[in-house]
Amino acid sequence: MENLKTIEKKHQSEFVISKKRFRLSEFIIEKVIFLSSFFAILGVILIFVFIFREALPVFTSPEVKKEASLNLFFSTVTWQPISDDPRYGLIAIIFGTFKVVVVALFFAIPISVGAAMYTSEFAPLKLKEFIKPIVEILAGIPSVVLGFFALMVMASFFHSIFHSTMRLNAFNAGVALSFAIIPVIYSIAEDALNSVPRSLKEASLALGANRWQTAFRVSLSVAMPGVLAGIILGLGRAVGETMIVLMASGNASMLSANIFDSVRTMSATIAAELGEVVHGSAHYNVLFFIGASLFIFTLIINSLAQLVVGRLQRKLAGKI
Amino acid sequence: MKKLITVIGILSLSFTVMLSVFAAKTITIKGSDTLLILGQRWAEVYMNQNPGVVIQVTGGGSGVGIAALINGSTDICEASRSIKSSEIDKLKERFNTTGVEILVARDGLAVYLNEENKVSELTLEQLKGIYTGKITNWKELGGVDAKIVLYGRENSSGTYVYFKENVLMGADFASQTQTLPGTGAIVNAISRDRYGIGYGGAAYAKGVKYCKVKKDAQTPGYEPTLENVKNGKYPISRYLYWYLRNKPTGEIKKLVDFVLSEQGQQIVSKVGYFPVK
Repeated sequence: MENLKTIEKKHQSEFVISKKRFRLSEFIIEKVIFLSSFFAILGVILIFVFIFREALPVFTSPEVKKEASLNLFFSTVTWQPISDDPRYGLIAIIFGTFKVVVVALFFAIPISVGAAMYTSEFAPLKLKEFIKPIVEILAGIPSVVLGFFALMVMASFFHSIFHSTMRLNAFNAGVALSFAIIPVIYSIAEDALNSVPRSLKEASLALGANRWQTAFRVSLSVAMPGVLAGIILGLGRAVGETMIVLMASGNASMLSANIFDSVRTMSATIAAELGEVVHGSAHYNVLFFIGASLFIFTLIINSLAQLVVGRLQRKLAGKI
Repeated sequence: MKKLITVIGILSLSFTVMLSVFAAKTITIKGSDTLLILGQRWAEVYMNQNPGVVIQVTGGGSGVGIAALINGSTDICEASRSIKSSEIDKLKERFNTTGVEILVARDGLAVYLNEENKVSELTLEQLKGIYTGKITNWKELGGVDAKIVLYGRENSSGTYVYFKENVLMGADFASQTQTLPGTGAIVNAISRDRYGIGYGGAAYAKGVKYCKVKKDAQTPGYEPTLENVKNGKYPISRYLYWYLRNKPTGEIKKLVDFVLSEQGQQIVSKVGYFPVK
Protein backbone atom coordinates (compact mmCIF):
# COMPACT_ATOMS: atom_id res chain seq x y z
CA MET A 1 0.00 0.00 0.00
CA GLU A 2 2.68 2.41 1.03
CA ASN A 3 4.63 1.33 -1.95
CA LEU A 4 1.80 2.25 -4.22
CA LYS A 5 1.49 5.66 -2.66
CA THR A 6 5.16 6.43 -3.13
CA ILE A 7 4.91 5.38 -6.74
CA GLU A 8 1.94 7.67 -7.15
CA LYS A 9 3.81 10.50 -5.50
CA LYS A 10 6.79 9.84 -7.67
CA HIS A 11 4.58 10.03 -10.74
CA GLN A 12 3.02 13.19 -9.54
CA SER A 13 6.32 14.88 -8.91
CA GLU A 14 7.55 13.77 -12.31
CA PHE A 15 4.48 15.20 -13.84
CA VAL A 16 4.99 18.51 -12.09
CA ILE A 17 8.62 18.65 -13.17
CA SER A 18 7.81 17.90 -16.75
CA LYS A 19 5.09 20.54 -16.69
CA LYS A 20 7.55 23.09 -15.38
CA ARG A 21 10.15 22.17 -17.92
CA PHE A 22 7.84 22.84 -20.88
CA ARG A 23 6.15 25.86 -19.52
CA LEU A 24 8.09 28.47 -21.47
CA SER A 25 7.58 26.91 -24.88
CA GLU A 26 3.95 26.27 -24.09
CA PHE A 27 3.59 29.84 -22.98
CA ILE A 28 5.10 31.10 -26.23
CA ILE A 29 3.02 28.80 -28.38
CA GLU A 30 -0.14 29.78 -26.57
CA LYS A 31 0.60 33.47 -27.08
CA VAL A 32 1.41 32.92 -30.75
CA ILE A 33 -1.89 31.16 -31.26
CA PHE A 34 -3.65 33.89 -29.34
CA LEU A 35 -2.00 36.51 -31.54
CA SER A 36 -3.01 34.77 -34.73
CA SER A 37 -6.63 34.61 -33.66
CA PHE A 38 -6.36 38.20 -32.53
CA PHE A 39 -5.03 39.26 -35.94
CA ALA A 40 -7.86 37.47 -37.72
CA ILE A 41 -10.38 39.35 -35.62
CA LEU A 42 -8.45 42.59 -36.02
CA GLY A 43 -8.53 42.12 -39.80
CA VAL A 44 -12.30 41.78 -39.80
CA ILE A 45 -12.73 44.81 -37.56
CA LEU A 46 -10.38 46.95 -39.66
CA ILE A 47 -12.15 46.03 -42.88
CA PHE A 48 -15.46 46.79 -41.20
CA VAL A 49 -14.26 50.19 -39.97
CA PHE A 50 -12.67 51.08 -43.32
CA ILE A 51 -15.72 50.23 -45.43
CA PHE A 52 -18.10 52.08 -43.12
CA ARG A 53 -15.86 55.10 -42.85
CA GLU A 54 -15.79 55.43 -46.64
CA ALA A 55 -19.56 54.95 -46.87
CA LEU A 56 -20.33 57.42 -44.09
CA PRO A 57 -20.35 60.65 -46.21
CA VAL A 58 -23.56 59.35 -47.78
CA PHE A 59 -25.20 60.12 -44.43
CA THR A 60 -23.13 63.01 -43.14
CA SER A 61 -21.49 65.11 -45.86
CA PRO A 62 -23.93 67.75 -47.19
CA GLU A 63 -21.98 67.95 -50.43
CA VAL A 64 -22.30 64.25 -51.16
CA LYS A 65 -25.89 64.22 -49.96
CA LYS A 66 -26.87 66.59 -52.77
CA GLU A 67 -26.00 63.86 -55.27
CA ALA A 68 -26.46 60.73 -53.24
CA SER A 69 -28.44 60.17 -50.08
CA LEU A 70 -30.71 57.42 -48.82
CA ASN A 71 -33.71 59.27 -50.25
CA LEU A 72 -32.13 59.64 -53.67
CA PHE A 73 -31.05 55.99 -53.76
CA PHE A 74 -34.66 54.90 -53.69
CA SER A 75 -36.36 57.76 -55.51
CA THR A 76 -34.82 57.05 -58.91
CA VAL A 77 -34.48 53.85 -60.85
CA THR A 78 -31.59 54.84 -63.09
CA TRP A 79 -27.96 54.17 -62.28
CA GLN A 80 -25.96 56.80 -64.19
CA PRO A 81 -22.92 57.70 -62.11
CA ILE A 82 -20.92 59.16 -65.02
CA SER A 83 -23.26 61.84 -66.23
CA ASP A 84 -23.80 65.60 -66.15
CA ASP A 85 -26.65 64.79 -63.81
CA PRO A 86 -25.36 61.78 -61.88
CA ARG A 87 -28.06 59.52 -60.48
CA TYR A 88 -27.44 56.64 -58.12
CA GLY A 89 -30.70 54.69 -58.10
CA LEU A 90 -30.17 51.47 -56.21
CA ILE A 91 -33.62 49.94 -56.73
CA ALA A 92 -32.78 48.27 -60.04
CA ILE A 93 -29.43 47.04 -58.73
CA ILE A 94 -30.81 45.57 -55.50
CA PHE A 95 -33.74 44.04 -57.34
CA GLY A 96 -31.36 42.67 -59.98
CA THR A 97 -29.18 41.08 -57.30
CA PHE A 98 -32.13 39.22 -55.83
CA LYS A 99 -33.44 38.24 -59.25
CA VAL A 100 -30.17 36.43 -59.98
CA VAL A 101 -30.03 34.91 -56.50
CA VAL A 102 -33.59 33.58 -56.73
CA VAL A 103 -32.82 31.91 -60.06
CA ALA A 104 -29.63 30.43 -58.58
CA LEU A 105 -31.43 29.07 -55.50
CA PHE A 106 -34.28 27.75 -57.64
CA PHE A 107 -31.82 25.44 -59.38
CA ALA A 108 -29.34 24.88 -56.59
CA ILE A 109 -31.68 23.87 -53.74
CA PRO A 110 -33.42 20.88 -55.35
CA ILE A 111 -30.21 19.62 -56.94
CA SER A 112 -27.97 19.95 -53.90
CA VAL A 113 -30.50 18.77 -51.30
CA GLY A 114 -31.53 15.91 -53.58
CA ALA A 115 -27.92 14.91 -54.09
CA ALA A 116 -27.27 15.09 -50.34
CA MET A 117 -30.34 12.91 -49.65
CA TYR A 118 -29.21 10.39 -52.21
CA THR A 119 -25.62 10.12 -51.01
CA SER A 120 -26.47 9.92 -47.33
CA GLU A 121 -29.60 7.75 -47.48
CA PHE A 122 -29.70 5.67 -50.61
CA ALA A 123 -26.36 5.45 -52.36
CA PRO A 124 -24.17 2.37 -51.87
CA LEU A 125 -20.94 3.21 -50.07
CA LYS A 126 -18.78 2.97 -53.19
CA LEU A 127 -20.95 5.36 -55.16
CA LYS A 128 -21.08 7.72 -52.20
CA GLU A 129 -17.31 7.82 -52.03
CA PHE A 130 -17.33 8.66 -55.71
CA ILE A 131 -20.01 11.37 -55.72
CA LYS A 132 -18.97 13.31 -52.65
CA PRO A 133 -15.42 14.28 -53.69
CA ILE A 134 -16.58 15.19 -57.17
CA VAL A 135 -19.23 17.59 -55.90
CA GLU A 136 -16.59 19.06 -53.62
CA ILE A 137 -14.26 19.55 -56.60
CA LEU A 138 -16.99 21.77 -58.03
CA ALA A 139 -16.40 24.09 -55.07
CA GLY A 140 -12.77 24.40 -56.14
CA ILE A 141 -13.51 25.72 -59.61
CA PRO A 142 -12.50 29.39 -59.63
CA SER A 143 -15.53 31.59 -60.16
CA VAL A 144 -13.86 33.37 -63.06
CA VAL A 145 -13.74 30.04 -64.90
CA LEU A 146 -17.44 29.46 -64.23
CA GLY A 147 -18.14 33.01 -65.42
CA PHE A 148 -16.16 32.50 -68.60
CA PHE A 149 -17.97 29.25 -69.28
CA ALA A 150 -21.31 31.00 -68.77
CA LEU A 151 -20.31 33.87 -71.04
CA MET A 152 -19.07 31.75 -73.92
CA VAL A 153 -20.95 28.45 -73.79
CA MET A 154 -24.04 28.60 -71.60
CA ALA A 155 -25.23 31.97 -72.92
CA SER A 156 -25.25 30.68 -76.51
CA PHE A 157 -26.92 27.45 -75.44
CA PHE A 158 -29.77 29.17 -73.58
CA HIS A 159 -30.06 31.74 -76.36
CA SER A 160 -30.68 29.00 -78.89
CA ILE A 161 -33.35 27.44 -76.65
CA PHE A 162 -35.25 30.45 -75.35
CA HIS A 163 -34.54 32.97 -78.15
CA SER A 164 -34.56 35.75 -75.59
CA THR A 165 -33.79 39.26 -76.80
CA MET A 166 -30.78 39.52 -74.54
CA ARG A 167 -28.18 36.81 -74.71
CA LEU A 168 -26.62 37.65 -71.38
CA ASN A 169 -29.35 37.77 -68.76
CA ALA A 170 -30.38 37.01 -65.19
CA PHE A 171 -31.30 33.43 -66.04
CA ASN A 172 -27.89 32.70 -67.53
CA ALA A 173 -26.05 34.27 -64.60
CA GLY A 174 -28.35 32.55 -62.09
CA VAL A 175 -27.71 29.10 -63.53
CA ALA A 176 -23.96 29.74 -63.53
CA LEU A 177 -24.21 30.98 -59.96
CA SER A 178 -26.03 27.82 -58.93
CA PHE A 179 -22.90 25.84 -59.88
CA ALA A 180 -21.00 27.90 -57.33
CA ILE A 181 -23.46 27.36 -54.49
CA ILE A 182 -24.44 23.73 -55.09
CA PRO A 183 -21.30 22.42 -53.35
CA VAL A 184 -21.86 24.80 -50.41
CA ILE A 185 -25.41 23.61 -49.79
CA TYR A 186 -24.56 20.01 -50.62
CA SER A 187 -21.70 19.57 -48.18
CA ILE A 188 -23.55 21.14 -45.24
CA ALA A 189 -26.80 19.33 -45.97
CA GLU A 190 -24.93 16.06 -46.35
CA ASP A 191 -23.17 16.52 -43.01
CA ALA A 192 -26.47 17.29 -41.34
CA LEU A 193 -28.13 14.21 -42.81
CA ASN A 194 -25.17 12.04 -41.83
CA SER A 195 -25.33 13.23 -38.23
CA VAL A 196 -28.89 12.00 -37.80
CA PRO A 197 -28.51 9.17 -35.24
CA ARG A 198 -28.76 5.65 -36.61
CA SER A 199 -31.10 4.74 -33.78
CA LEU A 200 -33.77 7.07 -35.16
CA LYS A 201 -33.60 5.54 -38.63
CA GLU A 202 -33.55 2.02 -37.22
CA ALA A 203 -36.56 2.76 -35.02
CA SER A 204 -38.43 4.09 -38.00
CA LEU A 205 -37.59 1.04 -40.12
CA ALA A 206 -38.52 -1.25 -37.23
CA LEU A 207 -41.93 0.40 -37.00
CA GLY A 208 -42.57 -0.63 -40.59
CA ALA A 209 -41.72 2.55 -42.48
CA ASN A 210 -39.93 1.92 -45.75
CA ARG A 211 -36.61 3.54 -46.71
CA TRP A 212 -38.32 6.28 -48.64
CA GLN A 213 -40.56 7.25 -45.72
CA THR A 214 -37.64 7.04 -43.31
CA ALA A 215 -35.46 9.25 -45.48
CA PHE A 216 -38.05 11.97 -45.93
CA ARG A 217 -40.09 11.88 -42.74
CA VAL A 218 -37.32 11.07 -40.26
CA SER A 219 -33.85 11.91 -41.57
CA LEU A 220 -34.77 15.01 -43.53
CA SER A 221 -37.01 16.45 -40.85
CA VAL A 222 -34.43 15.91 -38.11
CA ALA A 223 -31.66 17.34 -40.30
CA MET A 224 -33.82 20.19 -41.56
CA PRO A 225 -32.07 22.94 -39.57
CA GLY A 226 -28.73 21.83 -41.02
CA VAL A 227 -30.14 21.76 -44.54
CA LEU A 228 -31.60 25.21 -43.96
CA ALA A 229 -28.25 26.46 -42.69
CA GLY A 230 -26.65 25.17 -45.90
CA ILE A 231 -29.24 26.99 -47.98
CA ILE A 232 -28.72 30.20 -46.03
CA LEU A 233 -24.94 30.01 -46.46
CA GLY A 234 -25.48 29.32 -50.16
CA LEU A 235 -27.65 32.42 -50.32
CA GLY A 236 -24.89 34.46 -48.69
CA ARG A 237 -22.34 33.19 -51.17
CA ALA A 238 -24.70 33.91 -54.08
CA VAL A 239 -25.32 37.50 -52.99
CA GLY A 240 -21.62 38.23 -52.64
CA GLU A 241 -20.38 36.33 -55.69
CA THR A 242 -18.92 38.78 -58.18
CA MET A 243 -17.02 37.36 -61.09
CA ILE A 244 -19.75 35.08 -62.40
CA VAL A 245 -22.43 37.77 -62.51
CA LEU A 246 -20.00 40.35 -63.85
CA MET A 247 -19.29 38.15 -66.85
CA ALA A 248 -22.59 36.40 -67.43
CA SER A 249 -25.35 38.86 -66.59
CA GLY A 250 -24.80 41.65 -69.13
CA ASN A 251 -24.70 44.31 -66.38
CA ALA A 252 -27.51 46.53 -67.66
CA SER A 253 -29.20 48.22 -64.73
CA MET A 254 -32.77 47.78 -65.85
CA LEU A 255 -35.72 47.24 -63.55
CA SER A 256 -37.80 44.43 -65.00
CA ALA A 257 -39.41 41.28 -63.69
CA ASN A 258 -38.41 39.30 -66.78
CA ILE A 259 -35.64 36.87 -65.89
CA PHE A 260 -34.47 36.93 -69.51
CA ASP A 261 -33.51 40.60 -69.23
CA SER A 262 -30.03 41.67 -68.39
CA VAL A 263 -29.32 42.64 -64.77
CA ARG A 264 -26.69 44.53 -62.85
CA THR A 265 -25.90 43.25 -59.37
CA MET A 266 -24.46 45.03 -56.35
CA SER A 267 -21.19 43.10 -56.30
CA ALA A 268 -20.62 43.45 -60.05
CA THR A 269 -21.24 47.19 -59.84
CA ILE A 270 -18.49 47.58 -57.27
CA ALA A 271 -16.10 45.39 -59.22
CA ALA A 272 -16.71 47.17 -62.50
CA GLU A 273 -16.58 50.74 -61.27
CA LEU A 274 -14.33 51.00 -58.24
CA GLY A 275 -11.18 50.66 -60.36
CA GLU A 276 -11.41 54.11 -61.85
CA VAL A 277 -13.66 56.13 -59.60
CA VAL A 278 -12.35 59.46 -58.35
CA HIS A 279 -11.22 59.00 -54.76
CA GLY A 280 -13.54 60.82 -52.35
CA SER A 281 -16.27 61.60 -54.88
CA ALA A 282 -19.94 60.85 -54.29
CA HIS A 283 -19.68 57.92 -56.69
CA TYR A 284 -16.84 56.50 -54.60
CA ASN A 285 -18.85 56.81 -51.41
CA VAL A 286 -21.91 55.24 -52.98
CA LEU A 287 -19.86 52.23 -54.09
CA PHE A 288 -18.67 51.82 -50.52
CA PHE A 289 -22.23 52.19 -49.30
CA ILE A 290 -23.17 49.27 -51.55
CA GLY A 291 -20.18 47.36 -50.19
CA ALA A 292 -21.25 48.07 -46.61
CA SER A 293 -24.79 46.88 -47.34
CA LEU A 294 -23.43 43.66 -48.82
CA PHE A 295 -21.19 43.23 -45.77
CA ILE A 296 -24.09 43.67 -43.33
CA PHE A 297 -26.31 41.40 -45.35
CA THR A 298 -23.84 38.53 -45.48
CA LEU A 299 -23.00 39.07 -41.81
CA ILE A 300 -26.66 38.67 -40.87
CA ILE A 301 -27.03 35.65 -43.14
CA ASN A 302 -23.96 33.90 -41.76
CA SER A 303 -24.97 34.51 -38.13
CA LEU A 304 -28.44 33.23 -38.92
CA ALA A 305 -26.93 30.06 -40.36
CA GLN A 306 -24.80 29.59 -37.27
CA LEU A 307 -27.81 30.07 -35.03
CA VAL A 308 -29.72 27.44 -36.96
CA VAL A 309 -26.84 24.95 -36.81
CA GLY A 310 -26.47 25.55 -33.08
CA ARG A 311 -30.13 24.76 -32.61
CA LEU A 312 -29.75 21.57 -34.59
CA GLN A 313 -26.85 20.45 -32.44
CA ARG A 314 -28.78 21.16 -29.25
CA LYS A 315 -31.81 19.40 -30.63
CA LEU A 316 -29.83 16.30 -31.48
CA ALA A 317 -27.98 16.31 -28.18
CA GLY A 318 -30.90 17.23 -25.95
CA LYS A 319 -33.77 15.24 -27.26
CA ILE A 320 -32.04 11.93 -27.59
CA MET B 1 36.36 22.86 -47.39
CA LYS B 2 35.20 21.80 -50.82
CA LYS B 3 31.64 22.31 -49.70
CA LEU B 4 32.42 25.78 -48.50
CA ILE B 5 33.95 26.71 -51.83
CA THR B 6 30.92 25.44 -53.74
CA VAL B 7 28.60 27.33 -51.42
CA ILE B 8 30.57 30.53 -51.90
CA GLY B 9 30.65 29.90 -55.62
CA ILE B 10 26.90 29.45 -55.82
CA LEU B 11 26.29 32.48 -53.65
CA SER B 12 28.50 34.76 -55.71
CA LEU B 13 27.02 33.42 -58.92
CA SER B 14 23.47 34.07 -57.80
CA PHE B 15 24.57 37.48 -56.55
CA THR B 16 25.92 38.46 -59.95
CA VAL B 17 22.76 37.17 -61.62
CA MET B 18 20.67 39.26 -59.24
CA LEU B 19 22.87 42.28 -59.82
CA SER B 20 22.55 42.02 -63.58
CA VAL B 21 18.77 41.72 -63.27
CA PHE B 22 18.58 44.81 -61.10
CA ALA B 23 21.08 46.66 -63.22
CA ALA B 24 18.86 46.25 -66.29
CA LYS B 25 16.81 49.40 -66.69
CA THR B 26 13.13 48.75 -66.13
CA ILE B 27 10.57 51.01 -67.75
CA THR B 28 6.97 50.65 -66.66
CA ILE B 29 4.08 51.48 -68.95
CA LYS B 30 0.53 51.43 -67.61
CA GLY B 31 -2.88 52.58 -68.72
CA SER B 32 -5.50 52.21 -71.40
CA ASP B 33 -6.70 48.74 -72.30
CA THR B 34 -7.18 50.00 -75.86
CA LEU B 35 -3.46 50.67 -76.12
CA LEU B 36 -2.41 47.52 -74.30
CA ILE B 37 -1.78 45.35 -77.38
CA LEU B 38 0.08 48.15 -79.10
CA GLY B 39 2.20 48.89 -76.04
CA GLN B 40 3.15 45.24 -75.75
CA ARG B 41 4.19 45.02 -79.42
CA TRP B 42 6.34 48.12 -79.12
CA ALA B 43 7.91 46.76 -75.97
CA GLU B 44 8.66 43.38 -77.57
CA VAL B 45 10.37 44.86 -80.60
CA TYR B 46 12.24 47.46 -78.57
CA MET B 47 13.49 44.91 -76.06
CA ASN B 48 14.71 42.69 -78.91
CA GLN B 49 16.73 45.57 -80.28
CA ASN B 50 17.97 46.76 -76.87
CA PRO B 51 18.67 43.69 -74.74
CA GLY B 52 19.63 45.74 -71.66
CA VAL B 53 16.16 47.21 -71.22
CA VAL B 54 13.15 45.64 -69.52
CA ILE B 55 9.74 47.12 -70.29
CA GLN B 56 6.66 46.17 -68.29
CA VAL B 57 3.34 46.93 -69.95
CA THR B 58 0.08 46.65 -68.03
CA GLY B 59 -3.49 47.75 -68.68
CA GLY B 60 -6.23 48.79 -66.32
CA GLY B 61 -7.78 51.73 -68.12
CA SER B 62 -6.77 55.28 -68.97
CA GLY B 63 -7.81 56.64 -65.57
CA VAL B 64 -5.88 53.95 -63.75
CA GLY B 65 -2.80 54.77 -65.82
CA ILE B 66 -3.05 58.50 -65.16
CA ALA B 67 -3.57 57.83 -61.45
CA ALA B 68 -0.41 55.70 -61.52
CA LEU B 69 1.47 58.53 -63.25
CA ILE B 70 0.29 60.92 -60.54
CA ASN B 71 1.32 58.71 -57.64
CA GLY B 72 4.62 57.87 -59.31
CA SER B 73 4.13 54.13 -59.80
CA THR B 74 4.61 54.21 -63.56
CA ASP B 75 7.08 55.90 -65.90
CA ILE B 76 4.80 56.14 -68.89
CA CYS B 77 1.01 56.31 -68.95
CA GLU B 78 -0.98 55.16 -71.95
CA ALA B 79 -4.33 56.87 -72.38
CA SER B 80 -7.13 56.74 -74.90
CA ARG B 81 -8.38 60.15 -73.76
CA SER B 82 -6.57 63.40 -73.06
CA ILE B 83 -5.64 64.18 -69.49
CA LYS B 84 -8.21 66.17 -67.50
CA SER B 85 -7.34 69.52 -65.98
CA SER B 86 -8.10 68.14 -62.51
CA GLU B 87 -5.53 65.43 -63.13
CA ILE B 88 -2.94 67.97 -64.29
CA ASP B 89 -3.56 69.89 -61.07
CA LYS B 90 -2.82 66.80 -59.02
CA LEU B 91 0.34 66.17 -61.05
CA LYS B 92 1.43 69.74 -60.36
CA GLU B 93 0.79 69.27 -56.67
CA ARG B 94 2.88 66.11 -56.44
CA PHE B 95 5.68 66.65 -58.94
CA ASN B 96 5.50 70.33 -59.85
CA THR B 97 5.06 69.53 -63.52
CA THR B 98 2.22 69.72 -66.00
CA GLY B 99 3.24 66.48 -67.67
CA VAL B 100 4.24 65.81 -71.26
CA GLU B 101 1.72 64.68 -73.84
CA ILE B 102 2.84 62.60 -76.81
CA LEU B 103 0.46 61.60 -79.61
CA VAL B 104 1.45 58.03 -80.43
CA ALA B 105 -1.35 56.74 -82.65
CA ARG B 106 -4.83 57.37 -84.00
CA ASP B 107 -7.76 55.12 -83.47
CA GLY B 108 -11.06 54.93 -85.27
CA LEU B 109 -13.74 54.00 -82.77
CA ALA B 110 -15.52 51.30 -84.72
CA VAL B 111 -19.18 50.39 -84.48
CA TYR B 112 -19.65 46.63 -84.78
CA LEU B 113 -22.64 44.79 -86.17
CA ASN B 114 -23.34 41.10 -86.57
CA GLU B 115 -22.36 39.86 -90.02
CA GLU B 116 -25.94 38.80 -90.76
CA ASN B 117 -27.38 42.22 -90.00
CA LYS B 118 -28.94 43.83 -93.07
CA VAL B 119 -28.15 47.29 -91.79
CA SER B 120 -24.63 48.39 -92.68
CA GLU B 121 -24.75 52.17 -92.55
CA LEU B 122 -25.74 54.49 -89.73
CA THR B 123 -25.52 58.24 -89.25
CA LEU B 124 -24.11 59.73 -86.08
CA GLU B 125 -27.63 60.93 -85.28
CA GLN B 126 -29.00 57.37 -85.59
CA LEU B 127 -26.20 56.01 -83.41
CA LYS B 128 -27.09 58.56 -80.78
CA GLY B 129 -30.77 57.55 -81.03
CA ILE B 130 -29.88 53.87 -80.68
CA TYR B 131 -27.67 54.30 -77.65
CA THR B 132 -29.93 56.74 -75.82
CA GLY B 133 -32.85 54.34 -76.26
CA LYS B 134 -34.95 56.40 -78.70
CA ILE B 135 -34.52 53.91 -81.54
CA THR B 136 -35.20 50.39 -80.25
CA ASN B 137 -36.01 48.33 -83.34
CA TRP B 138 -33.90 47.50 -86.40
CA LYS B 139 -37.06 48.06 -88.47
CA GLU B 140 -36.70 51.79 -87.96
CA LEU B 141 -33.27 51.64 -89.59
CA GLY B 142 -34.23 49.54 -92.59
CA GLY B 143 -33.47 46.19 -91.01
CA VAL B 144 -35.62 43.29 -89.87
CA ASP B 145 -38.30 43.59 -87.19
CA ALA B 146 -36.24 42.83 -84.12
CA LYS B 147 -35.20 44.63 -80.99
CA ILE B 148 -31.78 46.24 -80.97
CA VAL B 149 -29.50 44.75 -78.31
CA LEU B 150 -27.05 47.33 -77.03
CA TYR B 151 -23.54 46.48 -75.90
CA GLY B 152 -21.12 48.94 -74.40
CA ARG B 153 -18.17 49.31 -72.08
CA GLU B 154 -18.08 49.79 -68.32
CA ASN B 155 -18.15 53.42 -67.23
CA SER B 156 -14.56 53.13 -66.00
CA SER B 157 -13.34 52.80 -69.59
CA GLY B 158 -11.90 55.63 -71.70
CA THR B 159 -13.83 54.26 -74.67
CA TYR B 160 -17.10 54.72 -72.74
CA VAL B 161 -16.29 58.34 -72.04
CA TYR B 162 -15.18 58.98 -75.62
CA PHE B 163 -18.32 57.48 -77.13
CA LYS B 164 -20.53 59.32 -74.67
CA GLU B 165 -18.94 62.67 -75.43
CA ASN B 166 -18.50 62.36 -79.18
CA VAL B 167 -21.45 60.27 -80.32
CA LEU B 168 -24.06 60.75 -77.60
CA MET B 169 -22.95 64.39 -77.21
CA GLY B 170 -22.93 63.99 -73.44
CA ALA B 171 -26.33 62.30 -73.15
CA ASP B 172 -26.70 59.22 -70.96
CA PHE B 173 -26.58 55.68 -72.26
CA ALA B 174 -29.93 53.87 -72.23
CA SER B 175 -30.31 51.74 -69.11
CA GLN B 176 -30.69 48.56 -71.17
CA THR B 177 -27.14 48.94 -72.47
CA GLN B 178 -25.27 45.84 -71.42
CA THR B 179 -21.80 46.67 -70.21
CA LEU B 180 -19.13 44.10 -70.78
CA PRO B 181 -15.61 44.02 -69.40
CA GLY B 182 -13.48 44.69 -72.47
CA THR B 183 -13.78 45.21 -76.20
CA GLY B 184 -12.97 41.55 -76.83
CA ALA B 185 -16.07 40.53 -74.86
CA ILE B 186 -18.23 42.94 -76.85
CA VAL B 187 -16.96 41.67 -80.20
CA ASN B 188 -17.51 38.11 -79.03
CA ALA B 189 -21.06 38.87 -77.88
CA ILE B 190 -22.00 40.57 -81.16
CA SER B 191 -20.56 37.77 -83.24
CA ARG B 192 -23.09 35.50 -81.51
CA ASP B 193 -25.97 37.95 -81.31
CA ARG B 194 -27.67 38.71 -84.62
CA TYR B 195 -29.33 41.89 -83.38
CA GLY B 196 -26.46 43.26 -81.36
CA ILE B 197 -24.57 46.51 -81.80
CA GLY B 198 -21.42 47.58 -80.01
CA TYR B 199 -18.44 49.90 -80.18
CA GLY B 200 -14.72 49.66 -79.56
CA GLY B 201 -11.28 49.90 -81.12
CA ALA B 202 -10.91 49.20 -84.83
CA ALA B 203 -8.20 46.63 -84.15
CA TYR B 204 -10.48 44.13 -82.48
CA ALA B 205 -13.13 43.26 -85.06
CA LYS B 206 -13.10 39.53 -85.74
CA GLY B 207 -16.27 37.70 -86.70
CA VAL B 208 -18.24 40.94 -86.80
CA LYS B 209 -18.60 43.62 -89.44
CA TYR B 210 -17.81 47.30 -89.24
CA CYS B 211 -20.76 49.60 -89.54
CA LYS B 212 -20.21 52.42 -92.02
CA VAL B 213 -20.68 55.68 -90.21
CA LYS B 214 -22.07 58.80 -91.86
CA LYS B 215 -21.60 62.27 -90.46
CA ASP B 216 -25.16 63.12 -91.51
CA ALA B 217 -27.82 61.80 -93.89
CA GLN B 218 -26.30 63.51 -96.95
CA THR B 219 -22.67 62.44 -96.72
CA PRO B 220 -21.57 58.94 -97.70
CA GLY B 221 -20.71 56.39 -95.00
CA TYR B 222 -17.15 55.36 -94.28
CA GLU B 223 -15.61 52.31 -92.69
CA PRO B 224 -12.86 52.87 -90.14
CA THR B 225 -10.05 52.09 -92.58
CA LEU B 226 -6.55 53.54 -92.47
CA GLU B 227 -7.26 55.98 -95.25
CA ASN B 228 -10.59 57.18 -93.91
CA VAL B 229 -9.29 57.77 -90.42
CA LYS B 230 -6.10 59.43 -91.65
CA ASN B 231 -7.85 61.92 -93.90
CA GLY B 232 -10.55 62.58 -91.32
CA LYS B 233 -13.47 61.24 -93.35
CA TYR B 234 -14.41 58.66 -90.73
CA PRO B 235 -16.34 60.67 -88.18
CA ILE B 236 -15.47 58.83 -84.94
CA SER B 237 -11.73 58.93 -84.58
CA ARG B 238 -9.47 59.87 -81.72
CA TYR B 239 -5.86 60.22 -80.77
CA LEU B 240 -4.13 57.82 -78.43
CA TYR B 241 -1.65 59.32 -76.00
CA TRP B 242 1.39 58.66 -73.93
CA TYR B 243 1.84 60.80 -70.87
CA LEU B 244 5.09 61.37 -69.04
CA ARG B 245 5.82 63.40 -65.96
CA ASN B 246 8.81 65.23 -67.44
CA LYS B 247 10.52 65.73 -70.76
CA PRO B 248 11.85 62.27 -71.65
CA THR B 249 15.54 61.65 -71.11
CA GLY B 250 17.88 58.70 -71.50
CA GLU B 251 16.29 55.32 -72.04
CA ILE B 252 12.73 56.66 -72.02
CA LYS B 253 13.56 59.23 -74.67
CA LYS B 254 15.03 56.47 -76.84
CA LEU B 255 11.80 54.49 -76.41
CA VAL B 256 9.63 57.48 -77.32
CA ASP B 257 11.77 58.14 -80.39
CA PHE B 258 11.39 54.52 -81.38
CA VAL B 259 7.60 54.66 -81.00
CA LEU B 260 7.39 57.75 -83.20
CA SER B 261 9.90 56.39 -85.74
CA GLU B 262 8.80 54.83 -88.99
CA GLN B 263 9.32 51.35 -87.54
CA GLY B 264 7.26 52.17 -84.45
CA GLN B 265 4.45 53.59 -86.52
CA GLN B 266 4.52 50.53 -88.77
CA ILE B 267 3.77 48.46 -85.70
CA VAL B 268 0.79 50.76 -85.10
CA SER B 269 -0.63 49.89 -88.51
CA LYS B 270 0.11 46.21 -88.05
CA VAL B 271 -1.82 46.07 -84.78
CA GLY B 272 -4.77 47.75 -86.49
CA TYR B 273 -4.57 51.33 -85.37
CA PHE B 274 -3.53 54.29 -87.44
CA PRO B 275 -0.19 56.12 -87.52
CA VAL B 276 -0.12 59.72 -86.34
CA LYS B 277 1.73 61.00 -89.40
